[in-house]
Amino acid sequence: MNDGILSQAFALILAMDPALLEIVGLSLYVSLSAVTVACIIGLPLAALLATTPFRGRTLVVLILNALMGLPPVVVGLIVYMNLSRSGPFGFLGLLYTPTAMIIAQVILITPIVAAVARQILEDLNDEYSELFASMRLGRGAAVRAVLWDARFSLITAALAGFGRSIAEVGAVMIVGGNIDHLTRVMTTAIALETSKGDLALALALGVILLLIALGLNAGISAFRLTERRAAYV
Amino acid sequence: MFDAEPSFHGPSPCPLVVTGLCLRSGDSLLLDDIDLTLSTNARTCIMGFNGAGKSLLLRCLHGLIAPTSGRIDWQGCSTTGTQAMVFQTPVLLRRSAAKNVAFGTHLRGAKAADLVADLLDQVGLSHRAATPAHVLSGGERQRLALARALACQPKVLFLDEATANLDPLSIRLFEDTMNAVHRSGTKIIFVSHDPNQARRMADEIVFLHKGRIADVSDTAGFFSNPASSAARAYLAGDLVP
Repeated sequence: MNDGILSQAFALILAMDPALLEIVGLSLYVSLSAVTVACIIGLPLAALLATTPFRGRTLVVLILNALMGLPPVVVGLIVYMNLSRSGPFGFLGLLYTPTAMIIAQVILITPIVAAVARQILEDLNDEYSELFASMRLGRGAAVRAVLWDARFSLITAALAGFGRSIAEVGAVMIVGGNIDHLTRVMTTAIALETSKGDLALALALGVILLLIALGLNAGISAFRLTERRAAYV
Repeated sequence: MFDAEPSFHGPSPCPLVVTGLCLRSGDSLLLDDIDLTLSTNARTCIMGFNGAGKSLLLRCLHGLIAPTSGRIDWQGCSTTGTQAMVFQTPVLLRRSAAKNVAFGTHLRGAKAADLVADLLDQVGLSHRAATPAHVLSGGERQRLALARALACQPKVLFLDEATANLDPLSIRLFEDTMNAVHRSGTKIIFVSHDPNQARRMADEIVFLHKGRIADVSDTAGFFSNPASSAARAYLAGDLVP
């Protein structure tokens, strides 16, 4: 690797380059918003699937697990078709906005959050179910108890969704358009700057992305430790 | 510690009358035409070889398993919400010992706090109140499960080989609590493989063999003169006849 490019990349990071910070800020805004919405949708869905038997539940779980592997470009294409002028939601004028990117990412990561959370909650519910039956605990109280006791594990599920979201490029490129100062996020900027030959900026963004990934994994590990220590108190 | 009679338990339930209880799983008849009358306050021990159906009968009586046919009748007395069970492997919530016990009570505020402190004291876990339940020893976990079961102030307490994995000291602490609870009017029905424990703790023995009742008698009578060949073989340590 060219040492000059590497030093330029670190210089950009250390100088807190405004263009760099803008891209990082938008990336975090889009991903955190998507994770928040995905949790609002995914966690109740996970609780329902984990604790409530109903006809077709196995099929729903199967579909949910399959949706974890949704191809981002396909999601991007579907969201694009819906938000484009000729699409059913074209009148909202959301295409090539951060909102469109959030919508695409919500579709991508909600299955991840819901599927991971369902497994966590189902395991705990299985552990507790005979006790709850013995105590004649109502379904609402049982679900609340399971959610409370699994709270730290559920944060892990949210972090897994965030990890997928922050590293995603295909869908946000299609529905965001990678417009400078509007929809340019770290991943799309890296792709663009690499193609333009501005490897320093691309590398700087790559380093930040790697640091976020590292921080994310450290966060997950810390939460697992916290779960073992604090969640039992 | 266990001399004081707990004052929080309600009146005893009516006698339990089981009529024609059957439990089937596929082609297997797991419990076969169980007819049984258990007196109000006696401590009842269900004994039998492995696979005899002891735990299944206990779960049916507690309402965890619906029998295929037959009746479980508390003679007009409602015990809904006033039964509790302690399992062989304690299921503890991912919370502190005190919060586990608090989970078992419907009381709130100071009354709940008093009850929790009282129960932890009864089972010898006052000093472990703030300790996460999962770091307790096996004996402590089982005593905590007992304290939580008692927190709902049961009229009937079911114990499914609850002391099977405990050391002698933990068994003594556990049995002391059982005795205190029984003296306060709670009906106790427990499963045990330990003849010595049955002698110590039971007033009447129900002996199950291959899903059927082979023997029902008072403890002294059962051990001095078991009615069935299966019970005699069991007590003699023989193989299943």
